[in-house]
Amino acid sequence: MTKRKSIVAALLLSLACDAEVPVETSVESQIERGRYLVTVGGCHDCHTPWEPTDHGAAPDMSRALSGHPALLDMPDPPATNGPWIVALAGTNTAYAGPWGVSFTANLTPDEETGLGTWDTETFVATIRNGRHLGRGRPLLPPMPAANYAQMTDEDLAAVFAYLRSLPPVRNRVPAPRPPVVASL
Amino acid sequence: MTHTVPILLLVACGEVVEPSLAPIPARLSHTGLFVEGTTDARPELIAFSPQYPLWTDGAEKRRWVELPAPIDASDPDDWRFPPGTRFWKDFSREGRRVETRYLEALPDGTWRYATYVWDEDGRDATLAGERGARVGDHVVPSVNDCVACHEGRRSPVLGFGALQLSGDRDPLAPHGSAHADDVDLAALVDRGLVRGLPEALRAPRIDAESPVERAALGYLHGNCGGCHDDRGPLRSLGFVLWRSLVDDRGRETLRAASVFTDAAHPATQRVVAGDPALSMVAIRMGSRTPHLQMPPIGTEVVDEAALALVVEWIRNERNVP
Repeated sequence: MTKRKSIVAALLLSLACDAEVPVETSVESQIERGRYLVTVGGCHDCHTPWEPTDHGAAPDMSRALSGHPALLDMPDPPATNGPWIVALAGTNTAYAGPWGVSFTANLTPDEETGLGTWDTETFVATIRNGRHLGRGRPLLPPMPAANYAQMTDEDLAAVFAYLRSLPPVRNRVPAPRPPVVASL
Repeated sequence: MTHTVPILLLVACGEVVEPSLAPIPARLSHTGLFVEGTTDARPELIAFSPQYPLWTDGAEKRRWVELPAPIDASDPDDWRFPPGTRFWKDFSREGRRVETRYLEALPDGTWRYATYVWDEDGRDATLAGERGARVGDHVVPSVNDCVACHEGRRSPVLGFGALQLSGDRDPLAPHGSAHADDVDLAALVDRGLVRGLPEALRAPRIDAESPVERAALGYLHGNCGGCHDDRGPLRSLGFVLWRSLVDDRGRETLRAASVFTDAAHPATQRVVAGDPALSMVAIRMGSRTPHLQMPPIGTEVVDEAALALVVEWIRNERNVP
């Protein structure tokens, strides 16, 4: 092999070996990546209670990602009519539809009422499998789990790292309610 | 140069290109289950029936395994299966085959799952799509459902272990009948297919205060212990229904407070001695409301026989928290 070809080959070798995608390695950068994904992914839309403000409804960031407020007792949902099949609470944290009533989960790291005892594997399995704890009851609408299941392992891990960095909020979200079967 | 560079690239990058695995066969007849030209299982496969089988809404089941090498049973609670191990599990309803599930141990230590839906003419079965299917009342699981159940412990093999294959079969085990050609644990040990198992565990049984308790704990082991143990992803729940053959760990967790609560039910304990109505285990076993039912996957009909057994056990339970 000539010297010119050797240099070309060496360059090709180095380029081919340097084929790995850069990965966020620092904890801080992972958390920041997670914060970005949670923001653009719209998690606050449902998992942070919304409240009326002078500028219209907005998420109450003092209860960021803490889910449906435990003290907000929801009455039975209203009857729906024709193509109108969903009702939602003013907080955006409770949804009623053909599946029953779902309440958005507390995603803060509170050990008793949030994700405090979860690990990254459990969180990723929950999103990938669309099941609570990765193998329990199905995640209910309107959780767009099928969309988030397309995220990479690195991105899901970053989301979880960000959630773990939040202040824990003690808020025991009520269990879902089954659909009401109309009596004949 | 044109042939040398790719090789140099591979060598210089330190990569070894593994040959790709053969894809999962599209037809069950190509998986190695049948005698060629028939739908009979190959006679060299090992037929077995766990004594505490998983409830699948009354479906009749047959099971077979192919072992290319012995199992390492030095951890009696967690067997190590050799690469190339293959399991098949056949589901029938009213005498007609509807589904056959397939589990295969790969060379890298992982496993792959597939399931096949039987053709109307009963001559073969076709690989189901990743999202599963429904055949009448029978639900064929999705790949995610397979993973959810089978990857709750280190080994994804459920229903094939020392307790489940013990020749000391529990006469009260719900749906626990065996077939004439089934092989049990002692036979597997004698044939050298299970190695490292302590002699004292040749025919194990659950240690219990009554026959009803033995059967109830066995049922919970077989139907719930795959997820509810102290080693897998759900260990943080602190709820152990997997019965260890090494020690009695986790039994006290049955009487602990329930992590799951529901405003519709006053129960707060998993098992309340003497009171099934206040025992979350019985409440969830007896429900098929999606957010409440247990197990959460693979069943749409309550196992009434097993529920009656567990209710009887709780009603007679003497231990008080």
